[in-house]
Amino acid sequence: MFGTLSYNKQKTIIIVSFLTIPLLLLATFTYYPALKLIYYSFTNWDGYSPEKPWVGLDNYREVFANPAIFKVFTHNFAYFAMGILQNIVAIYFAIVLNSKLKGKNAFRILLFLPYIMNGVAVAFMFGYVFDTTNGSLNMFLNSIGLTGLGQTSWLGTEGLVNYSLASTGFWRFMGYNMVIYIASLQAIPNDIYEASKIDGAGPFQTLWRITLPNMKPVIQLNLFLTVTGALEVFDLPFVLTKGGPAGASETYVQKVVDTAFAYNNYGLASAMSIILLFFVVIVLLIQQLVLSRGGDK
Amino acid sequence: MAHSKFSFTGVIKYFTLLIGVFVVLFPPYVVIVNAFKSTDEFNSSSSMALPNSFLNFDNFIAVFQRGGLLNGFGNVLIIIAITLILNILFGTMVAFVLGRFSFKLKPVVFGAYLIATIIPSITTQVATFGIIKSMGLYNTLGAPIVLYIGADVIQIILYLQFIRNIPVDLDESAMVEGASLFRIYRTIIFPLLTPATATLIILKTISIYNDMYIPYLYMPKQSLGVVTTILMRFQGVNSGEWNLICAAILLILLPTVILYFFLQRYIFEGVTSGAVK
Repeated sequence: MFGTLSYNKQKTIIIVSFLTIPLLLLATFTYYPALKLIYYSFTNWDGYSPEKPWVGLDNYREVFANPAIFKVFTHNFAYFAMGILQNIVAIYFAIVLNSKLKGKNAFRILLFLPYIMNGVAVAFMFGYVFDTTNGSLNMFLNSIGLTGLGQTSWLGTEGLVNYSLASTGFWRFMGYNMVIYIASLQAIPNDIYEASKIDGAGPFQTLWRITLPNMKPVIQLNLFLTVTGALEVFDLPFVLTKGGPAGASETYVQKVVDTAFAYNNYGLASAMSIILLFFVVIVLLIQQLVLSRGGDK
Repeated sequence: MAHSKFSFTGVIKYFTLLIGVFVVLFPPYVVIVNAFKSTDEFNSSSSMALPNSFLNFDNFIAVFQRGGLLNGFGNVLIIIAITLILNILFGTMVAFVLGRFSFKLKPVVFGAYLIATIIPSITTQVATFGIIKSMGLYNTLGAPIVLYIGADVIQIILYLQFIRNIPVDLDESAMVEGASLFRIYRTIIFPLLTPATATLIILKTISIYNDMYIPYLYMPKQSLGVVTTILMRFQGVNSGEWNLICAAILLILLPTVILYFFLQRYIFEGVTSGAVK
């Protein structure tokens, strides 16, 4: 029956029927909540009462005026710093594993392994590794003679806890970045290298003038993911330290979630979410700007 | 030793790679050795020492008995199975429409998927929560399923790449035979997307299995625990007993690690084709 219709009619029917449910899902679980969020951010709704009193820009004022809210962004900085380091290490390993080497595949498989591991299990695993008295990190440091370092309370020291947590993220995601960098390296045509060799380029010149510029779009993508990832950290501190000690490892998203679900301040939490969304968009825009200035890539 | 040329950079390369492998394997090693230790043995031995016996399964049995882990594996399997079926269906449908037809709103549809990725999903949960509640899905397996089944832009890009490689001649000759467009989707496009689908199944399975946030927030009910939330509860109750927790961690890591070693080629493929280009 359907087959007897003209292809033009069929096309319309297919387009409409194939897109309806997927777009409905997208609208319901992504765009509608986002719009709702904007609306809530202008109210001081507590999350359950039927009325949602309109308060205008009060929530936004509160976010910017209350130093306690913005201060948690400094905790996110550790994740940003570690993320940059993670990308540098990933590029290094990608280049190494893209060169002539024995056991390349085995190294690649092992270094990627943490990425597929369960995040909660990894968090607890590191909880044990970082444990001050029973922890194997301190035990290991002691056994190689670094007894000074071997007493450190990795998750209990205010200035250190975020770096300890971020290093767990480093451990988990370095291999992921590495694999993506390897793929981008393999996309660089070999004859460019051969030509530069003939021209007498040394290994460092090759790296600076050919390899890195050719990887640029992928590096940009990974940097975007690193920055937004650093802004949006949630699960590690949530599982491992619950924000402690004394709130030192609380991240912005965790504060949003707490504000909404623990303190029933949906309005303020929504405003905080919108501000985070703005930051993400700003990062994206800056990146696009830099990208478009960097040539016709 | 095919070429035993001893070069400085070669040594550096292997040295750094070995450090990398050591760093990667050190935490799992610690978990593995301690998961096999009895409480007494655990308290008296170094946390890096090998256990007396790798045949001491008491901790694992205790985890299964006390933690309800079997139930957790069951729940997560149901979620994964239903999600995958619907997600693949919707993903291929969207990709088929975007890959084969041109229509006015096409850039809008693609753009909508693209923009959706920059909205941090954790922050919109505040509003999503209300939707799930009003749909009556709170504290049911339906909540994670409806939240996972939507196609994402990476999935669509992955399928689109494959569709572009399926020659349009194939569609056209089917049309000459009088096949309907739906038939073309069902008998030509969908089967030819199988390699991409296989990769997606692996990646999606791993990501659902590993997700903590959605089950934690939407299914707090005891009987609806999945492996991640059960591990969190288990750790909360047994926070001092690291040997037990290590066994629980190991049990939860094992399925994906085994899957990974068998299927790593497809996993790399999926990760890279989604991210590069």
